[in-house]
Amino acid sequence: MFRGDGRQKVTEYEIPRDAQGRPAIIDIRDVTKIYQMGDIEVRALQGVTLQIFEGEFVAIMGPSGSGKSTLMNILGALDQPTSGKYYLAGKDVSQADDRQLAAIRNEMIGFVFQNFNLLKRTSALRQVELPLIYASKPGNRRERAKAALEAVGLGARLHHLPSELSGGQQQRVAIARALVTEPKMILADEPTGNLDTKSGTEVLRIFQQLNRERGMTTVFVTHDPFVARHTDRVIMLRDGRIIADRAVSQPLIAGEAERPSEMAELEDIFRETYDAPAEEFT
Amino acid sequence: MNLLESVRLAIEALLANKLRSALTMLGIVIGVGAVIALVSFGQGVEQYIARQFQSLGANLLFVFSSTPPGGGPGDVKALTMADASALANPLLAPSVLRVSPQYDVFAVVAAGRNDSTMNVSGVTPVYQDVRGWYPQYGRFIEETDILTSARVAVLGTSTATDLFGPGVDPVGQTIRINALPFRVIGLMEQRPGSGFADENDVVFVPISTAQTRLTRAPMRDGSYRVAFITIQAVSEGRMDAAADEISRILVERHGIQYRDQEDFTVLSQNDLLSVVGEITGLLTIFLAVIAGVSLLVGGIGIMNIMLVTVTERTREIGLRKAVGARYGDILLQFLIESVVLTVTGGLIGIGLGFLAATVGSALIPDLTLTVTAGAILLATTVSTMIGLFFGIYPASRAAALNPIDALRYE
Repeated sequence: MFRGDGRQKVTEYEIPRDAQGRPAIIDIRDVTKIYQMGDIEVRALQGVTLQIFEGEFVAIMGPSGSGKSTLMNILGALDQPTSGKYYLAGKDVSQADDRQLAAIRNEMIGFVFQNFNLLKRTSALRQVELPLIYASKPGNRRERAKAALEAVGLGARLHHLPSELSGGQQQRVAIARALVTEPKMILADEPTGNLDTKSGTEVLRIFQQLNRERGMTTVFVTHDPFVARHTDRVIMLRDGRIIADRAVSQPLIAGEAERPSEMAELEDIFRETYDAPAEEFT
Repeated sequence: MNLLESVRLAIEALLANKLRSALTMLGIVIGVGAVIALVSFGQGVEQYIARQFQSLGANLLFVFSSTPPGGGPGDVKALTMADASALANPLLAPSVLRVSPQYDVFAVVAAGRNDSTMNVSGVTPVYQDVRGWYPQYGRFIEETDILTSARVAVLGTSTATDLFGPGVDPVGQTIRINALPFRVIGLMEQRPGSGFADENDVVFVPISTAQTRLTRAPMRDGSYRVAFITIQAVSEGRMDAAADEISRILVERHGIQYRDQEDFTVLSQNDLLSVVGEITGLLTIFLAVIAGVSLLVGGIGIMNIMLVTVTERTREIGLRKAVGARYGDILLQFLIESVVLTVTGGLIGIGLGFLAATVGSALIPDLTLTVTAGAILLATTVSTMIGLFFGIYPASRAAALNPIDALRYE
């Protein structure tokens, strides 16, 4: 059980730490995922090993069909790996049943989606309260939701409906909803994908702020190299394997850098990721 | 997530689609309304008929000829005036208080230009005491009228109005029954109740007159036949004893050796009441079943709309699951939504049924339509059950959705 400490299973697992002594939030070991599509076996993940430590800001990149979405679903406790281990902040997710997965999603993970996924005709405050409805220790829901909305700069728009908010503001409501349960990490799937440049920048700034000021572990899944360059570390996936995993040497600060031209962007990405020696990571 | 929260959530979701919710509810509203209204109508009819029987008089038994179970029509010895006299003998039948033989003739009754073909009842003076029904003007048939087969008649109020017009005192006037002149000697009291058959539409003549002057009634053993005999027992507690005495006397008089040769039937008021009660009870059940079908249809409507709702809200369900809702949370949410729909519909339906019963009572003065607590309880329970029954499938579909697919649903 992941609710309450008393019944936690005693395992021999010890949380790995990085050079700075930060504990691993995500620790997946040789994870595979095989889908059965009729007669065809689709190997979406073919042995992925990855550690993400507390306070990191990571972007997972990769073309369509690279296994990026599958990895995100597993990291988000929405799906279970076919084989391999997944420890989330020291808890063995790969052994959890549906009920436990729901509790893990509720308590340890905050989701942010490309299309916001806000409820229609529901005020910002109620949107943010939603995860607390399903929480075992909801506390004062209204106060916690209010605090989360203030943290994303929407303290003045508590009672606005999604239809009364701009795209950037809607995504900020979604971020507040992800924050409200004080999760171990935020998992964001193309969080700026549906936004214009200005709103995208606004949302990126919020994420950077949360990461810098609160040490919120954040994982982006994105296509967009410009967005990825705002993070500290980029993991490149292809054909179900990690082909590159590198620190971003000079992370961009949201709002300070201009989005580069398409051409320059492509060159950057070739230089920074695809040219990396692949053997190093397999 | 607590229940109150779920109910609030469900109401919010239903209010988000007001027209659709209202239309969905309509099926249940009509179904429950129909159940309440029709059941109260059926019960009203039952009570009305029971009252009619009670108004016949107290502690009554009815004796009439019937074909014995072991024989044909030829084996029937009809009831006669002599049988009636024997039943009136207090030594033979101590539990019998009064005996009223009756012989009815279908005849043309006319006065001036008005005439009608109707039932003319030949009765004896004791009839008025057995039925507890007396003339308001003039007098009833007396013993001398019987002895002389007098051409005298006592009219019911409706017959008097039909023949002489409203408000005219018919006493002393002459009417013609099958072209024979009769003197009107009395006008009966108005009997209440005019739902099915008008009791006031009646003409009484001396039984001997009916047997001899209006027809030639068949005779048996030198005594005229009667149509049936109404008997009043001494008290309610002696009804059974009276029935036994009547049977014993008639068995002996008709020379019956075996029970299955009995050529008469003794029925008490309660027997009649229970037979009629069975019929009206069936009527009530029949009406309830019809109304139940509309409830069923309403329930299917609920299921249909809930399935649509689940499909429409697939992404919402995916999101809820992503933020930690479990199977049970989603199941409960949608189940409560359908139960809130049906229970609200049920409550409105009870109100409507109540209204229909009130209007019905006002329109038909003889029927008092009451909505019983039982009917309300039944309607509420049934509408809740319908909500659960027809809601469980859509709700479990919603709860079983895979969050990954649900989030990606377009």
